[in-house]
Amino acid sequence: MEPVRERAVLDVSGLPEVMFGRSNTTWLGNVFYMMIEGTMFALLIASYFYYRTRVGSWPPGSSPPTLIWGVINGIVFLLSILPARYAQKVAPTGDRGRIRLALMGLAGFAIVSMILRGFELANLNVGWQESAYGSIVWSILGLHTGHLITEFIETVVILCVAFTDKMEGSRLADVAINSDYWYFVVITAVLSDFVIYGATRLL
Amino acid sequence: MAISEPIVIPQTGEQDRLSRTWAEPRGFWGWFTNVHHTAIGVRFMVTSFIFFLLGGVLAALMRLQLARPENNVLGPDAYNQIFTVHGSTMIFLFAVPMMFQGFGVYLVPLVCGTRNIAFPRLNAFSYYIYVVGGGLLWVGLFLKIGADAGWFAYVPLSGPQFTPGKRSDIWAQMITFTEVSALGVAVCIATTILRYRAPGMTLNRMPIILWEKLTIALMVIFAMPAVMVDSSMLLMDRTINTQFFNPSVGGDALLYQHLFWFFGHPEVYIIFLPGTAIISTLVPAFSRRHIFGYLAIVSAVVATGFLGFGVWVHHMFATGIPQISDSFFTAASLMIVVPTATQFYCWMATIWHGRLQLRLPMLWAFGFFFEFLIGGLSGVMLASVPVDWQVHDTFFIVAHFHYVLIGGALFPMFAGLYYWIPKITGRMMNDLLGKVHFWLFLIGFNMTFFTMHFLGLRGMPRRVYTYLPEMHWGTLNAIATAGVAFMTAAVIVFLVNFFQSRKTGELAGPNPWAAGTLEWGTSSPPPPYNFAEIPTVNGREAVWDAEPDQPVVVGVRDDVPEVLVTHSMDSEPQYREELPGHSIWPFLTAIAVSIAFIWSIFSPWGITYGAIPVVITLIGWLWPRGSSPTPRLAERPREATWSR
Repeated sequence: MEPVRERAVLDVSGLPEVMFGRSNTTWLGNVFYMMIEGTMFALLIASYFYYRTRVGSWPPGSSPPTLIWGVINGIVFLLSILPARYAQKVAPTGDRGRIRLALMGLAGFAIVSMILRGFELANLNVGWQESAYGSIVWSILGLHTGHLITEFIETVVILCVAFTDKMEGSRLADVAINSDYWYFVVITAVLSDFVIYGATRLL
Repeated sequence: MAISEPIVIPQTGEQDRLSRTWAEPRGFWGWFTNVHHTAIGVRFMVTSFIFFLLGGVLAALMRLQLARPENNVLGPDAYNQIFTVHGSTMIFLFAVPMMFQGFGVYLVPLVCGTRNIAFPRLNAFSYYIYVVGGGLLWVGLFLKIGADAGWFAYVPLSGPQFTPGKRSDIWAQMITFTEVSALGVAVCIATTILRYRAPGMTLNRMPIILWEKLTIALMVIFAMPAVMVDSSMLLMDRTINTQFFNPSVGGDALLYQHLFWFFGHPEVYIIFLPGTAIISTLVPAFSRRHIFGYLAIVSAVVATGFLGFGVWVHHMFATGIPQISDSFFTAASLMIVVPTATQFYCWMATIWHGRLQLRLPMLWAFGFFFEFLIGGLSGVMLASVPVDWQVHDTFFIVAHFHYVLIGGALFPMFAGLYYWIPKITGRMMNDLLGKVHFWLFLIGFNMTFFTMHFLGLRGMPRRVYTYLPEMHWGTLNAIATAGVAFMTAAVIVFLVNFFQSRKTGELAGPNPWAAGTLEWGTSSPPPPYNFAEIPTVNGREAVWDAEPDQPVVVGVRDDVPEVLVTHSMDSEPQYREELPGHSIWPFLTAIAVSIAFIWSIFSPWGITYGAIPVVITLIGWLWPRGSSPTPRLAERPREATWSR
């Protein structure tokens, strides 16, 4: 039986229990973590340019990283936006089949990127222990590889959830938020590429 | 009036269900699974206070050593470790965890009028990881391999060439631990403030303490990555032979300083702004009026947040940077005076136009006004490059930053503790003992640190373990050491007062100070669900400004731990969110992360292999459990309705 109330109330029982997009609190938390990690990338990239001012020729004592693997991986990263966007589109529908398809596509792209990243690291043409330039280049790419692996694992875990009946409610919002994080990985990949492959040649 | 006093006809059934849903786990294992913000906030406070006591013991040891010339209480190696661990403890293990995490985690959800913090498991994880980081630093000291290169561990001194062994590695990983913790809490606090405010608490009605916590959280988010990057570079230089700071192969030692102070100066405001947040809360409460110049104070706080990132080079005036940089950073440093003075004038105006009640917390606030002013004025002196060069690395600097940090953070901290301990424990602290504590501390503090200004001007460098009698620094040093006895006695009086009041203190009741913010609108201590009814807000001091029939929120589920999410700007209700419950996984994840971090000190593969248990525990943490009823998705009706 409804209790007898003696004053005005604000009844929120009609409100939804899950929201997608910017209203979602996890979305906001995710943005804060992107700000933290984005600051790390920014500081490493700033350090790269700082090191450039310390020596006469660039890259010092070594040749620039081999362009081809960076370019190919950059294209793969840009293409991977497609399954990420698709996942974001199908998540609110709760259609598990399509969600699985989208996540498998995203995980597939992540695997290809990780393999290509191995080739990138093998063709940086400098060791991290050789010079400050080598250290900073390895650090930028290493930080990004850490993000790539983390995002791959996260995608696989969400994919596993999508094979159970627990893929509902806030888990659907998680699928969409996972794509936001993937965009962050793509943006930082492209920025890192510009620095490691572009700035190294142009400066 | 207090909002939580029965505003609806008591419904035992509803409250019973709330109690069951939000019940905090008990027992030994229960302690490791609790994720409620009041429990974690108190733990941050207690743990950081223990670190404060430990850091204080080290300070006393240093003062004993310096009490007279050519003393031999400590040798040079022990002295180096002690001043390093003292500084690191006070900054990383006490000041930030107490002022930002402790007060923030405990108070923010209560002041917002919600039932828990956002991402409560991340919040709990942040506590455990902080404890391990602090323990690591202190275990190092006890094993006589304590960090010994100063609290900012400048290279090349802290690098592989001049500090072999594990001392600097321990320091560097302690940084990683504590910053991961602070960053996690910053995300929780910022999200809580932006999304969990009670309906009606628009940005324009947000209490200043929330504005300050939000500003600080954003400062943490942008500043702390810098020190993590910096200390990680140092660690990699030492463990896997990277060359970040080796000038012979293009590295640069000054980059270390730039990155450190890009974090380090905002850090000063991360420590100081929580102090002003406490003062801005206390001043209206004890002046019995709304704060004067709300908009001016909020603007000043946000401006300080921005300016704090533009002054870091004033720590590096003596490094030979270009003159244009000297001029720019002098100007920027002087600009900080403007927002700080704005806050001061607004507090004074509030007191002037109010009816001041000089209760115990307010006494400490006056201590803050006085001491911080001295620190601020010597700061203005130091912003001038010629003065800075003259007194760089002398005891004048030691005096300045202790006036800023103790005046700007410790005095407000004690003000805040006397103010909120009745909320936390439900019992009042003893007034007389509190006053004894205040006067002993005030006298001792000024004896110790005011004399240091003169020592610095007479040329006594900081970080020397002894000095010769011919320098004539003995008398001033003896006075400084005597001051420590007063401060020690003061802190003992505080501890006695605390433990005594917990047992026999007068019952506080919901609102012993008749204050206006929402944490006083519930019982003391608050129930595990914080508020029986989620309030709505009608003004900046929610309790004072509540209408006699101020509406409450209904319709939030009481059978699951659910909170109301509102709009960031206008705090209109948006949706209801079920929060994750108590769990052991944040603790297990913290253990796994700790193993990886500590392992990495000894082997570069530590992070690689250590990542495996981290991933496993994270999956355990995040894997969905149970099945909640089918939620209403966003397409369903989505308005909150007012009714009578």
